[in-house]
Amino acid sequence: MTKPMVAFRNVDKTFGSYKALDAVSLDVMPGEVLCLIGASGSGKTTLLRSVNQLHPIDEGAIWLDGELLGKRQEGQHLHLLTDREIARQRLATGMVFQRFNLFPHMTALENITEGPVQVQRRRAAEVRDEAMALLERVGLSDKAGNFPSELSGGQQQRVAIARALAMKPKLMLFDEPTSALDPELVGEVLSVMKGLASSGMTMMVVTHELGFAREVADTVVYMDAGRIVEYGPPDQVLSHPREERTKAFISKVIA
Amino acid sequence: MPPRKLAPGFADTRGMPIARRLYWGRWLAAALIVVLIFLLLRAFAQGQIEWAVVAQFFTAPAILKGIVNTVIMAVLAMTLGIILGVIVAVMRLSSNPVLVSVAAGYTWLFRGTPLILQLLLWFNIALVFPVIGFPGIWSGRAVDVMTPFVAALLGLALNQGAYTSEVIRAGIISVDEGQHDAARAIGMSKIHALRRIVLPQAMKVVLPPLGNEFISMIKTTSLASVIQYPEVLHSAENIYYANSRVIELLFVAGLWYLIVVSILTPLQMLLERRFSRGTARRTK
Repeated sequence: MTKPMVAFRNVDKTFGSYKALDAVSLDVMPGEVLCLIGASGSGKTTLLRSVNQLHPIDEGAIWLDGELLGKRQEGQHLHLLTDREIARQRLATGMVFQRFNLFPHMTALENITEGPVQVQRRRAAEVRDEAMALLERVGLSDKAGNFPSELSGGQQQRVAIARALAMKPKLMLFDEPTSALDPELVGEVLSVMKGLASSGMTMMVVTHELGFAREVADTVVYMDAGRIVEYGPPDQVLSHPREERTKAFISKVIA
Repeated sequence: MPPRKLAPGFADTRGMPIARRLYWGRWLAAALIVVLIFLLLRAFAQGQIEWAVVAQFFTAPAILKGIVNTVIMAVLAMTLGIILGVIVAVMRLSSNPVLVSVAAGYTWLFRGTPLILQLLLWFNIALVFPVIGFPGIWSGRAVDVMTPFVAALLGLALNQGAYTSEVIRAGIISVDEGQHDAARAIGMSKIHALRRIVLPQAMKVVLPPLGNEFISMIKTTSLASVIQYPEVLHSAENIYYANSRVIELLFVAGLWYLIVVSILTPLQMLLERRFSRGTARRTK
């Protein structure tokens, strides 16, 4: 049996007295596209951010490609990793944010080359060629010299996807990548994501776009109150949900 | 589609010229100010000031040396102050409680006491520690080490660092949290993210108040005259002690301060423009 790309085991996370993740266990297989759906506050974004350790988890463990995240086991004890070691682990994941978070003082091209040159210490000329190829792939080769403030939301988000891909991640995390976009710009971002999915990238996508989930996802996970309520192929979860909560949520989103 | 029927009575205003508006208030105020300035200049011209003396001492070697010393001290103290300020601001925002307390204590101490008192303390440190140095490596008599230059630089830089740290901290806080997340997501360590992503964006917020602080520093160096540092006001004083031309020499020093500050203002504009890269609203 192939080993999962990401394995969550009994992951807990609380913010103050609020339980964001409640004993979540989940496997994401290599090449799988997994969509996380659920109401706001259901824990789906927290789960996503726990994979690249922007939110450290309280209990349980996450393995990424076989490596335990954030901790090191020595005998019967766990030791927390240092900031530098965690930064190295993050290189395995690429993240795309709801509000793009492009670096405003850098051009589109510089946004993409920043990580490979500054963090991975790769040669600038080689990285530049790759970055241009990535811009081409997201359909923005003519915007290389533009600053984020000169791009539309959809264009900014496509640059952000290229920025994440430039690090050659094993796993891509998408945190509501189309929620901040005007309706007519959603399609261009989703089509880039579709292309990425068909190229075999392992993806975890927090989304409200049920149409995208139905078309592209291998697995859909519905979360509520920090727990996984429903798990299965999109047809099963979206069209024939078993739980009442799932039915109610889906009918609200579609209406 | 049939032509829409529009309500009558709303004229077509295309091509009509827009009448020039007269700003009576502005003209009146400007005229008043011109008159006032004229009266003021005439009063000083006819007052008991020997303008020839002002001209004579304007380029006197002691004065020129003084203004050079002023600028050197201001630049060095400000540079050290900014370096200290960045370090203290980062300490203050770290998650390490020891660093946070040390930074808060430093700011409290140096903002809480008058600068002139700090300068006098540094200058007279020999009364507390007659010999200073690093045990086993180097040491010297405090009176020899703590020259007016060293005492003034220490006093001004440490005091400036305390104020600058708060300006830098404000700049860092003003940068969107998502920028930090994005920097971490591409594998940057905290320090790396600060240097490449957060600080360059904080500069935009930090530069106008820092420009203010630097201009203020140019003039604050005059306090170092109390510990015998030969900056321009100190030179002017020394000259008028000898020739009793008090007002003339104060005018000379004042003019020099104005000249230096006038040169600095456009430099600040250039810097601001440099750091507003990528933002739509640039300083004109």
